[in-house]
Amino acid sequence: MIAIIDYGAGNIFSVKNALDYLGLESKLTSDKQEIRNADALILPGVGAFPSAMKMLNDSGLTEIIKTEAVNKPFLGICLGMQLMFEKGYEIEECAGLGLISGSVERIVEQDLSVPHMGWNMLEVLNDCELLNGLDAESYVYFVHSYKAVCDDKNISAFCEYGSRIPALAYDGKMAYGAQFHPEKSGDTGLRILRNFGGLIK
Amino acid sequence: MLAKRIIPCLDVRNGKVVKGVKFEGIKDVGDPVKYAEEYNKQGADELVFYDITASHEGRGVILDVVRETARKVFVPLTVGGGISTIEDFRETLRAGADKVSINSSAVKNPSLIKEASDIFGSQCVVVGIDAKRNAEGRFSVYINGGRIDMKLDLIEWVKKVEELGAGEICLNSIDTDGTKEGFDIEMLNAVCEAVKIPVIASGGCGKLEDFSEVFEKTKASAALAASMFHFKEVTVAEVKEHLKKKNIPVREG
Repeated sequence: MIAIIDYGAGNIFSVKNALDYLGLESKLTSDKQEIRNADALILPGVGAFPSAMKMLNDSGLTEIIKTEAVNKPFLGICLGMQLMFEKGYEIEECAGLGLISGSVERIVEQDLSVPHMGWNMLEVLNDCELLNGLDAESYVYFVHSYKAVCDDKNISAFCEYGSRIPALAYDGKMAYGAQFHPEKSGDTGLRILRNFGGLIK
Repeated sequence: MLAKRIIPCLDVRNGKVVKGVKFEGIKDVGDPVKYAEEYNKQGADELVFYDITASHEGRGVILDVVRETARKVFVPLTVGGGISTIEDFRETLRAGADKVSINSSAVKNPSLIKEASDIFGSQCVVVGIDAKRNAEGRFSVYINGGRIDMKLDLIEWVKKVEELGAGEICLNSIDTDGTKEGFDIEMLNAVCEAVKIPVIASGGCGKLEDFSEVFEKTKASAALAASMFHFKEVTVAEVKEHLKKKNIPVREG
């Protein structure tokens, strides 16, 4: 069972819909025991970094996520991906989960719209299991105003938007972060989620 | 590189897809969920459901349509029509919409844009605008499906919409809507110059070249069309093939 961590942020039903469609058993939950017992975790999220971290801290989920994300497949989506880094600078400096070294900073591009919104092409830097079976020119759907700033070794795929934007981050072990929305990225996104489901032992 | 988006719009009344010309002569053409699935197969980048019932019973029906579509189609879904309160936003997003489009209600109550973007995020607030040339050679904003001239200058309005936190603007030209003679390049350029948020072109396309023209001559991020897709004059896949030949970046379906 994949636990979709429900901490009161964002459109989490669409993640559940996509997993249902793929036949991957999942549950929206904020229950600590269920999260501990799950085979894999998804941390979704739409909203602002500090308020999301506050919700995770106040509900005691931060520590559980930090412990469990090294034991089982973990996928952060959009804000959920950003929260995986050490700190964010949205609104104010705020500590993240620290699963991957790096920070989250505002996208500043002259002549380009922010938020970065729409379909952009994945370019592979360090292949990983989530990218198995994808076409060479695979587009995924992004909506965000902040981007991860991290070491190349933690970037599995990026996209070009003025400069390089980390699209799929990973810690080299079990934890992945998608800046895009796989649950809204058509067949490519479904493939990535199916690959994630395939990591469950 | 960011792809230009092709967005089929489904005008829905009492649970059926309809399409009229210049907001008149509306006729029913079919089941919206089936259309959504078909467009998804063709490679649509997003889908818009526009509820033209705007009655209480109609709202329940369109939310059912969204709920069912969201279980089968995994691209962003936008819902518009008759949305005027934060509670409407919440209900629509809960049904599975990713974005909500407001039009007349934003003109009547601009603070709705700010409130909604503060609560749900700018990414889900689309402001739809119907505009038309006026006697002074400028553009005026209309509401109620293009029936009422608000004597509001389009350029002033789009700047305000951006400032209040809208994530996107969907610009429909009443002058070109339904004509099939091409998007309103002049109006789009005026709006794209005035704001940094993405602008969706709407109203007037009738052939493949209209799509390449709008992306070659304006900074529009997306193009929206209804009848030409409904009546199968062209498919989304054909539009994308055409754009690709013109070296315009598109996502392949």
